[in-house]
Amino acid sequence: MFSLDLLLEALVFGVLLGCFYAAVSIGLSVSFGLLDVPNVAHPAIMVLGSYATWVLAARTGLDPLLAGVLIMPVFFVFGVLVYRFYYETFERRGSEAGVRGLAFFFGLAFIVEVGLILAFGVDQRSVEAAYIGRSFSFGDYRIPMRMIVAFAVALVLTFGLSIFLRSTFVGRAIKAVAQDEPALRLMGANPVRIKQWAFGIATGVSALAGAMLIIVSPVEPAMDRLYIGRTFCVVVLAGLGSMTGTLAAGLILGVVESVVLMQFGASWAPAVAFGLLLVVLGIRPQGLFGR
Amino acid sequence: MKFWIPAICILVLGVALPLAPINEYVFYAGYVVLTFVVMATAWNILGGYAGYVNFGPPAFFGIGSYAAVVLFKSMNAPLAVQIAGAALMGGLLGLGVGVLTLRLRGIFFAIATVAITFILETLMTNWRYVGGATGLQLLRPPVELYESYTRMLFAVMAGMSVGAVAIARYIQTSWLGRGLRSLRDSEEAAEASGVPTLKLKLFACAVSGALMGAAGAPMPMYLSFIEPPSTFNLSYTVGSLGGAIIGGAGHWAGPIVGAILLGTLQQIVTVTVSGEMNVLVVGVLLVVFVVAAPEGILGLARKIIRR
Repeated sequence: MFSLDLLLEALVFGVLLGCFYAAVSIGLSVSFGLLDVPNVAHPAIMVLGSYATWVLAARTGLDPLLAGVLIMPVFFVFGVLVYRFYYETFERRGSEAGVRGLAFFFGLAFIVEVGLILAFGVDQRSVEAAYIGRSFSFGDYRIPMRMIVAFAVALVLTFGLSIFLRSTFVGRAIKAVAQDEPALRLMGANPVRIKQWAFGIATGVSALAGAMLIIVSPVEPAMDRLYIGRTFCVVVLAGLGSMTGTLAAGLILGVVESVVLMQFGASWAPAVAFGLLLVVLGIRPQGLFGR
Repeated sequence: MKFWIPAICILVLGVALPLAPINEYVFYAGYVVLTFVVMATAWNILGGYAGYVNFGPPAFFGIGSYAAVVLFKSMNAPLAVQIAGAALMGGLLGLGVGVLTLRLRGIFFAIATVAITFILETLMTNWRYVGGATGLQLLRPPVELYESYTRMLFAVMAGMSVGAVAIARYIQTSWLGRGLRSLRDSEEAAEASGVPTLKLKLFACAVSGALMGAAGAPMPMYLSFIEPPSTFNLSYTVGSLGGAIIGGAGHWAGPIVGAILLGTLQQIVTVTVSGEMNVLVVGVLLVVFVVAAPEGILGLARKIIRR
């Protein structure tokens, strides 16, 4: 059955979902897109952020969004430490860093996931807030309020990071290190320090993305596996390191997934992101806005 | 001869041991360990020799399992036919992955293999014939010679392990292995020196995929059940990659050492602590090894001998 009304609803929902996907991918867009770190643990760290939000919000009664903002500094430090460690053990030695770096982040993702299962069990966890469960309606359409919150935060996050990279000193330094590391070294700057800040920022942003994840839907430890597809699909489709591209790619994924969901049912939804990712990798690995 | 005499001894032992009156559990657990020997050995052909990180062993393993189920359900095929069909499907999938990812290296190749795993899982979830999301119960046929089906499967998997290792060893010691190693070190330099990089890559993908498919074939019968989430589980990735890297990737003996150690440890941890903990142990060991001993146990042993 195909109806224009249903399609329109799918489109609206897809746009909201797409912004959310862009927001959960933006950290990866920095760490993998700009810094070339094979960070397959990104979704796992995000789910860790969801759990940190859940613990903080449940213990203190804080708003989950505020809790997400509060855990960002902790994740920033965590990110800096992870990058330092990655640099010292793999990047600096250079040889065969590809296989080992990937195996390292894959192992890290598993440790985080299983650690969460051991600590909190496999049950789904969710947070409570005034805007969760309510919905916003105009005409015949009903849009869940939490999607709108996620949509707004996603826009702020994406544009904020984009402006930060474009117009602050640190942001430009991060872009410079992505563009030409040896040149930066010749200018007397220390690329490793810049990269560690960038990775810290990416990890901090992932924590907030994790908070949004648990606002949008209940979270369970193994959820990171699905988000490997979604986040990498967005980042690769965007073209590595392009922030506005990330938003565009997120929107594409959100709309496609939402249309497939409406037309074919939920059991096909997981394949959408991975399928799109494969198509992009096969046809245009440099993405839409590739550098 | 230095390889073949011990290999044949192990093969005979693997086939004869299940005939002896030993506790059934030994074979029940041993079967899983041997599966990981095959998986890690297969992973090593592409990952260890050629440097292509495959995160999708569950895709190949799973397509093997489902091929076996389809053959069994549609024509009541015997196990040998199931394994052959599974190997064929695994090999074809490997070839397909190779063709699709010609231009991809490193993390892009790795992520593409994860994508294929999830797409196959979704396809199987939506395919009613093989049980869909709810899974399918399978009735084991009667078994001859051996006391139980599990014992027979142990013998079969022992045979497959020896076969897989022999293939991996042959590839490593022949010109194929040299070609694959040159791929790992520098694809451009290899291509420029006249190494048929493309053919070698496709060959490695196909052989590795076929072995993983074959390893997956007896699993539905072992469990008497099949369902998508556990068949296409990423823990097979950690097992295969972990076994190869912890043992020592790049040498045919590495995955045997790594997989036996890891598999046995996992079985012990599962029984004594919990199923979740066994995945954690592998993850931690994997990270410790890539950080502290990138050459694996074989590398450590070599260092000690040299001293």
